[in-house]
Amino acid sequence: MEALKESEADLVVYLHPSNAKCSNDAILSSLSSLLFTYSETFEGVVLAYDPNICSKLAKILPGIHPYFGVKLKARLLLFNPTPNMLLEGEVVKITPQSIHAVVLGFSSAFIADEDIWDDFKHKIKRGKEVYVSRSHKKHKIEVGTILRFAVKSFDEEILHISGSLVADHTGSSQWLDKNLNEWSQADSTTKKRKSGEGEAEKPEDGRLMMKRETSSPKNDKQAKKSKKRRKEHS
Amino acid sequence: MGVPDMDEPSFTDSELDNHVKNALRAAIQGDNGFYNQLVAVIHHKERLVAEEVALLVTCLKAVTGAVSCINIVHHGTLLAAIFGMSLWNYGTDVMDALVELLVSLASSNGEYVDLCLEMLVVNFMPPSAPPAASYFVELLKQPRGLAKKTQVLDRVHSTLKDIANVVPLSPLRLEKIVRDRMPNIYTKEAFIVMYVENMLRLEGGAMGELVGSTILVSLVDRLIELDVEIAWDEILQDDFHKGMFDMELEDFEGHADHIEPDSNELTREALIQRFFCGNLVAEKLDSLMVLTFEHIKSCSESGRLVQVFEILLQSFQKTILTAYKAKFTQFVMFYACSLDPENCGKMFANVLVNIFVSGLNPEWRMSAVAYLASYLARAKFVPISFVAAMLDSVVNWCFLYCKNVDGDINPKSHKVFYAGCQATMYVLCFRMRQMIAVPRLKSQLLLMRIEDILGHPLKPLQVCLPSIVEEFLRLVKVNRVFSLPQSFPDYGLLESEHSRAFGGMERFDMFFPFDPCLLRKCDRYIRPNYVYWSMVRSTYDEDDGEGTSDEDVAEAYGGENGMSIPDDGSGRSYDEDNSDADEFDYSLDKMSITPRDSRFESRIHRFVQMPSKIRPSTSPESL
Repeated sequence: MEALKESEADLVVYLHPSNAKCSNDAILSSLSSLLFTYSETFEGVVLAYDPNICSKLAKILPGIHPYFGVKLKARLLLFNPTPNMLLEGEVVKITPQSIHAVVLGFSSAFIADEDIWDDFKHKIKRGKEVYVSRSHKKHKIEVGTILRFAVKSFDEEILHISGSLVADHTGSSQWLDKNLNEWSQADSTTKKRKSGEGEAEKPEDGRLMMKRETSSPKNDKQAKKSKKRRKEHS
Repeated sequence: MGVPDMDEPSFTDSELDNHVKNALRAAIQGDNGFYNQLVAVIHHKERLVAEEVALLVTCLKAVTGAVSCINIVHHGTLLAAIFGMSLWNYGTDVMDALVELLVSLASSNGEYVDLCLEMLVVNFMPPSAPPAASYFVELLKQPRGLAKKTQVLDRVHSTLKDIANVVPLSPLRLEKIVRDRMPNIYTKEAFIVMYVENMLRLEGGAMGELVGSTILVSLVDRLIELDVEIAWDEILQDDFHKGMFDMELEDFEGHADHIEPDSNELTREALIQRFFCGNLVAEKLDSLMVLTFEHIKSCSESGRLVQVFEILLQSFQKTILTAYKAKFTQFVMFYACSLDPENCGKMFANVLVNIFVSGLNPEWRMSAVAYLASYLARAKFVPISFVAAMLDSVVNWCFLYCKNVDGDINPKSHKVFYAGCQATMYVLCFRMRQMIAVPRLKSQLLLMRIEDILGHPLKPLQVCLPSIVEEFLRLVKVNRVFSLPQSFPDYGLLESEHSRAFGGMERFDMFFPFDPCLLRKCDRYIRPNYVYWSMVRSTYDEDDGEGTSDEDVAEAYGGENGMSIPDDGSGRSYDEDNSDADEFDYSLDKMSITPRDSRFESRIHRFVQMPSKIRPSTSPESL
């Protein structure tokens, strides 16, 4: 996924003296307070950390509470979506006016109907709401589909992504990859969504990204179509 | 464009959505016509007739469709109108439309998530503004009020779940909001009870793993706040000064065993009435603790008691153990242990022993051993072998301590030691007969260094609470277990100068946290697993005449099913009739370990002191 990156960071964790006996636990809990929050310093949301404590010595700060600073190196997994990046998430809710997806199990993405490509038409099939492409009847987006979309904006406080399906190469990942004449192993329709736990998307995202570059002529045609006026939903 | 005319042929949903979207966009530009009308419709809440309801529902649905055009800055009045609505004021149609709107808002933009969650949490209770509050309090007592409550709360909780589905991080924000919005202890009972009901519903629900620990911790904090608010001393002191109290004392003291139920009950019942009637705080605490007990029971039935108990135990160590005058909150732990003696019961005792043996803060260590002693004495479900093991640890610590100490009585310096000795004696007052009935435990008891610690130059027998020492020595003599000095200077006194000294300001010398619970509703949950002194004492009384049989003791502590008959002969059931309350008072009265012929001065002496915590003495304080 484009928005994920790994970095090495040199950190200093300041611990209260009461933690001197169990400094490992204190360091881990201090690092875990960083999780799922956007950090300016790291330029991203910390999703995972792997600390590596360099030395057993720590500097004691002067002052009323003699905190001591432990130096460590950590590998951090950061998430930082920027506009126009392509991300993938699982669709959790579909309404006539919007599509809601969840990225990496923790970040909610919202795509308003203005940002949904006109080709997609909202339908209700067998009691379930679904978006179907007018030009390609097999291209469906429904609850459980893995959706590929472009990022419009990212709310750093609540980790909320605003996305769009207007751009090229957006839509149901499964269909897009099939359409590139290669079989995708992303089994999206049966995956149950989990709330609140960070679960990483499957690493074949990397593979899918590479395939995207070799797009077929069919997708280019989509780009050329102009935005039609929205028709009435029945 | 105006509001769609109701007489004209209906518009489609998408057209309505378009109308609203255009209105919203126009409002940003400054053209507020339709926008203001929209806000006015949403504000309208008094006595809605059918068409107004339909209009409101339509508007809410249209706004739901137009959510992507809402701007938090420019459409402030609209948002304020929406978030100001209370589900309790409307019928189910409007409720459904409103909650759908909330889910839409929350999922469309991160800025609205907190606002939506807050609105839902506020809806845990009916509106509390003065005119509406009393209306709802009355309504909730009727069946249609309860139906309304179910309608609202079911929707609130399912909406919270829906939001969590779409915005996975919302439970994190929700737990903070639930904690911050918790009503303070001065809120009306009906409201705070309802809020706590909802909190516990969240804990037991799908999001329980995520928000559960914050919720339980906040609940225990609130219980303790209520607990310390209960004005214990004032009420008792008041009675004493009136003199009426004194008279009743005599009734209790001299003729405790020969009293006719009727005459005595009146006075005691009157006392309890007086205590409880004005005491809203006690009633609130009672209701909340009952809710907590019920929740713990349901956790136990669904198999997650141990996880919940671990959270409660942490909270206990942080707040209850360290609270100065915790009166009843600790019974939450007692009840939880009674549901699972093997795991929770033992975990609790082990934690207390550890704090006593290796804790750092002396006051907390004394508090912990007081809790341990009271627990081991009063909990019917704790097996006697476990009691012996715990006693062993305490006595062992005391022995190692005094081995290295020279010198004479010094209540202040060795207060932890004295606390340990007193705890040992207290537990043995209740459990000695049971312990020596089992040969293996009897020999274990004899191997403990009890004679050594009690006979040490530090003279714990002179420092510890005289009433306990006396009772203990009497038992020792009767059962011929240890050889200890029999003469005792403070005979007949409840407390002494030395005991006050070691107890310190917090009076740990008279701290028996699991003395009978005086909250009426709670007591019914505790009673089947509780040991009253009368149950134990009667077995000792018979020593004066014939020998006792071990069966009596077993009966006092017996009942694996937890439903034992206390020895005043009442077959207990959980009926809400008067006899229940009377038995309650009557058996409290029997819970005394002071000798029968106390002198008058000692009684005065006792009540002038006005302890901060009830003790196992004559009932009035224990009321």
